[in-house]
Amino acid sequence: MNNIGKPNLEIFADTLLDQAKINQDILVVTSDSRGSGKLVNFGKELPDQIIEVGIAEQNLVGISAGLSAGGKKVFGVSPASFLTARSIEQIKNDICYSNQPVVLVGISAGISYGQLGSTHHSIHDFASLRTFNNISIVAPADNLEASEVIKASVGYDKPLYIRYGKKPMMNIHSPGTNFQIGKAITVSEGEDITLVSSGETVQRAVLAGEILKTKGINPTIISMHTIKPFDKDIFIKMAKKSKVLISIEEHSIYGGLGEQCANIIAQNKINLDFKILGIPDEYIVNGSQADVLDHYNMSPEKIAALSALMLG
Amino acid sequence: MSVDQKFLEKKSLEYRRTIVEIIYNSGAGHTGGSLSCIDILNVLYNSILEITPNNFTTIERNNYIHSKGHSVEALYTVLCDVGFFKKEDLKTLNAFDSHFIGHPTRKVSGVEHNTGALGHGLSVAVGLALAKKKDKSKKKVFALLGDGELSEGSVWEACTSASKYQLDNLIVVVDRNHLQITGKTEDVNPIEPLDEKFKSFGFDVEFVNGNNIIELLEIFQKVPFTAEKPSAIIANTIKGCGISFIENEISWHHKVPTDEEYKKAIIELDGKLSKYE
Repeated sequence: MNNIGKPNLEIFADTLLDQAKINQDILVVTSDSRGSGKLVNFGKELPDQIIEVGIAEQNLVGISAGLSAGGKKVFGVSPASFLTARSIEQIKNDICYSNQPVVLVGISAGISYGQLGSTHHSIHDFASLRTFNNISIVAPADNLEASEVIKASVGYDKPLYIRYGKKPMMNIHSPGTNFQIGKAITVSEGEDITLVSSGETVQRAVLAGEILKTKGINPTIISMHTIKPFDKDIFIKMAKKSKVLISIEEHSIYGGLGEQCANIIAQNKINLDFKILGIPDEYIVNGSQADVLDHYNMSPEKIAALSALMLG
Repeated sequence: MSVDQKFLEKKSLEYRRTIVEIIYNSGAGHTGGSLSCIDILNVLYNSILEITPNNFTTIERNNYIHSKGHSVEALYTVLCDVGFFKKEDLKTLNAFDSHFIGHPTRKVSGVEHNTGALGHGLSVAVGLALAKKKDKSKKKVFALLGDGELSEGSVWEACTSASKYQLDNLIVVVDRNHLQITGKTEDVNPIEPLDEKFKSFGFDVEFVNGNNIIELLEIFQKVPFTAEKPSAIIANTIKGCGISFIENEISWHHKVPTDEEYKKAIIELDGKLSKYE
């Protein structure tokens, strides 16, 4: 029924290879992560444009900063869990504070590594990086966003973090949909209820919307692919005409998309019923990405049921 | 005594005077470490690096990364002297809304990279050196590290990449003053045998008296020591060098001179300077 695309990670790697073929200043730095980053082919086709530092994420970020200072457009690619925790001080000082427009690519993000456990999950990355001045944060939802953000990142003149998951994603946007870092995409505009989501949970919001439509409810669905800078304009516009707003994210309920929404709702006199869906503050249940998201009330059915319940 | 030697030795004394002066006036600063590394910066900026305000924004030039960021007063002093900003600006050190904060920041003209958290500079220097190799440039990258800083594991991560990519355009200089904030480096967390460590990580290593202008001039003209290998220079220095009552005193890591100490330091330095008139 739905049009399933490729894993966003594959789209990332294909797009980056295309860009790097026409721009020799594009360099990729990996930390024994070219396999998980789908960059094996990149390494074969452009061996002079890939730098391998081994399992050393702090070094990966520092070297990326230095290459950038040396005039290169650098993509530092490493599992999101390690990249945004192990090397957080390098991101803070050598990338953000030193203003090096490196693209940090967090692969297998969120709970993509489901059963591998908390060491391999990144449900902290939005929260930790949001507090750093001077970095933008993007979580692409579908293949179009996954590709467009890489094209946009080549000319982006600020530090940028992009997170990618491993599973094939539903094609949400039609070809040619306009994508800009910092501008949310309205997937569908309805009334009364707004579902705001980022990254791989957007398809769950879209599927919840399909269930709601069978009950005569037309939700507004927003792909808030850019967590920072947050598209306040579209958010406030949609929130103000809604009675109910639900945020859905593959991240801790602390410090991510939901708390950003709460912040804006609370400071802009927006009156509505609001709920944050995400990973609660507990030892995370074991399971695949899909199982875990379902468990924490982010299955399309549970999102639809919650929406209907809140609408009354 | 060659003209170069006399010129640079006099500069070192003047730099020491400025370091003590700006730390005294601002009420904060890392006195001991700035005095131990100032001769290294003097020789690099006045004889080796050829970094000027005119070429600073270009890519095709040498680079200097001040990884031991706390010794910022030494860096600001030298950058000021080689023309990056006016001496008046230095007087704002640590003042509200001044760019001249207590660790190197790119808000100050001439500073290559923001440092202060230790163990970061060498990876950045490796990245710069790699970029030069990609560009087939013959220019070099110098990174100054503190000896206490060498306990940071990220330093050694960077060494593995420097060696793997045969970065003979990378020169690591260790300001080996043997002291850190808590005490002697070998008591806090031993880093010896340091030369063997660097050698085992693929570097060619040489020692130098890091407070001797002639030795520094000679060693910097010799790099790289071996083709296709990164160079490490272990510069044996004296923390607080040049002011007798500050030398080798742990308490001067970031102590600020009292009125009396300041006068005493200036008298000592002016006495030495008078021999160069």
